[in-house]
Amino acid sequence: MFNYTFQWRQAFRALPEMLEGALYTMQIAVLSMIIGIAIAVILAVGRNSSSRWLRAPATAWVEVARNTPALFQIYMAHFGLGSFGIYLSPYVALLAGITFNNAGYLCETFRGALRAIPDTQMRAGRSLGMGPAKAFRLIVMPQMFRIAFLPTMNQMVWAILMTSLGVTVGMAIDLTGVTQALNARTFRTFEFFAMAAIIYYLITKAVMLASRLVAWRLFRY
Amino acid sequence: MIEIENVHKSFGALKVLKGIDLTVDKGEVVSVIGGSGSGKSTLLTCINGLEPIDEGRILVDGTEVHARSTDLNKLRRKIGIVFQQFNAFPHLTVLENVTLAPRKVKGMGRKEAEEIAVRQLEHVGLGDKIKVYPSRLSGGQQQRMAIARALAMSPDYMLFDEVTSALDPQLVGEVLDTLKLLADGGMTMICVTHEMRFAREVSDRVAFFDQGVMAEIGPPEQIFGEAKNEATRKFLSSVR
Amino acid sequence: MFETDFTFNDLLFMLQGAGVTLAITFFAVTGGTLMGLAFGVLRASVRPWMTLPLVFVLDVFRSVPLLIQLILANAFQAIAGFGMSPFVTSCIVLALYTSAYCTEIVRGAIDAVPTVTRRAARSLGLTWGQDMTQIVFPMALRVALPSWIGLTLGVMKDSALVLWLGIFELLKSSQVLITRLQEPMFILLIAGGIYFMLSFPIARLGGHLERGWKEND
Repeated sequence: MFNYTFQWRQAFRALPEMLEGALYTMQIAVLSMIIGIAIAVILAVGRNSSSRWLRAPATAWVEVARNTPALFQIYMAHFGLGSFGIYLSPYVALLAGITFNNAGYLCETFRGALRAIPDTQMRAGRSLGMGPAKAFRLIVMPQMFRIAFLPTMNQMVWAILMTSLGVTVGMAIDLTGVTQALNARTFRTFEFFAMAAIIYYLITKAVMLASRLVAWRLFRY
Repeated sequence: MIEIENVHKSFGALKVLKGIDLTVDKGEVVSVIGGSGSGKSTLLTCINGLEPIDEGRILVDGTEVHARSTDLNKLRRKIGIVFQQFNAFPHLTVLENVTLAPRKVKGMGRKEAEEIAVRQLEHVGLGDKIKVYPSRLSGGQQQRMAIARALAMSPDYMLFDEVTSALDPQLVGEVLDTLKLLADGGMTMICVTHEMRFAREVSDRVAFFDQGVMAEIGPPEQIFGEAKNEATRKFLSSVR
Repeated sequence: MFETDFTFNDLLFMLQGAGVTLAITFFAVTGGTLMGLAFGVLRASVRPWMTLPLVFVLDVFRSVPLLIQLILANAFQAIAGFGMSPFVTSCIVLALYTSAYCTEIVRGAIDAVPTVTRRAARSLGLTWGQDMTQIVFPMALRVALPSWIGLTLGVMKDSALVLWLGIFELLKSSQVLITRLQEPMFILLIAGGIYFMLSFPIARLGGHLERGWKEND
């Protein structure tokens, strides 16, 4: 059955190359989260607005992001925009696709967090003489931040996992891309991808652990 | 002085206040009693401008609360309000809860604000709790903290909206004691309450609200002794 | 006017892909749910440390990209000489992936049944099995169903990744047509529409169930 010799040494030799790829993986994930959070806030404001013209596009974004595969969204950025003569590099297309996805999910996370804070908190702030902006900033926002923090970090983990999809649109510098390139050269598929799996595992665990620690430090109440 | 003149207020089709007239002088303590839905709590939120009114006007020291030109944020500094739900800010310690408004609204320095806050917290009996978060406090303690928080703005008027209604019976006393202390100190107060003994012992005048109308007002001896109004008598016999 | 070389046959080709997507989703969710039920009941029934190895393995499925899992499994079955088709490999990987999430849903739902209720059932003389089937499952189902629907939709979307193993599911079919017709946006919009039609009604149903149950409580 197993007339196959595993060659782990070769995989270990490629470790520095793969770790470099992991840096790009992290870079894309972090960027997609930062831009995604900014867009999510705008979408959340839009979805809660009373104007139909703001609500409809925001709702459409959220529904498409949540009801179609992430890979589809990346394909849209990479192939789809070609119909308009826009050709995004694999890096940009991957970043755009994941950012689109993050923004849709985070919008709902933020809206849920906002809903979880009773109106009476805002009222209490206003009755102490704070204007609406000040009461929101000092009283509602810090509480929203706590509620949304762990779900946001979960989305970060998803973002890391989604970066692996870049290889399907020709991304070659992130962890999966580098691994695929090594695989194409050596045909040691199992060894290389097993290494990649371990690296992904350690990265996601580190992110989860770090966010737990930060949450524990930050939210003492 | 708080002057309430012919105030009308509805929520949609529901008329909550139907022409309220009431003047509260400096240093006076007025208790407002009445069944639920009689509009008493709404009146308080109208006085500090949290709710708009449909008709009439409310003057606080001669400033019309609902006039366009009125800076509500400034006006609210001299009107403290405490709600039925304690509304503690859960993300801040007890001390931070109390210093937040003096620092961020009045622009007071941290040291000065903390001195005032500690004094107020000691006043309401929470001097040993300043470093903890509200989630560690009982309902009665949270409510006393809310009172200290309002007092730290050194308001001229205090509005109390059924502050003991959400409390377990054994915690009601400690909050009422705090209110008594405040009344003895000469604070001008309007208390919406269900505690008849409190209303009788502490108030200068008691107002009875019935279906959006102030049916009767007078000194406690009169209201609790020889109420003229049929509805007042009926209400009082039902709560005793 | 808008012109396209897209024919009815091309649409059928895409719908065929959608059928493959549905088939893989069906096998993965069925297998994953059965495993998730077994693991979840186990986790809720015995002491936490006893299931530590299981928890670790399941956690790996949630911490490693699905694409990597598929590639690894396919490589492994080739090395081991199992001779499994990519379709079978994909279904197995996705079922395990599903079970990892389903286990947590089941365990959470069982834990949500109050201990006093279970004590009451046992004190009436119900056996462990009767307690499970008569009391715990019906109550836990309410808690679990919305999340389970969410999981099913998630698996359907994630099943797109099996295209890497050369399976012609919906997205792969679209890609083939894009290469041939050079109308990427148009074809992808159709693909997106199909995905949307598959998932949106179920998502709404899930939300509806959740709201309806809340009103009854």
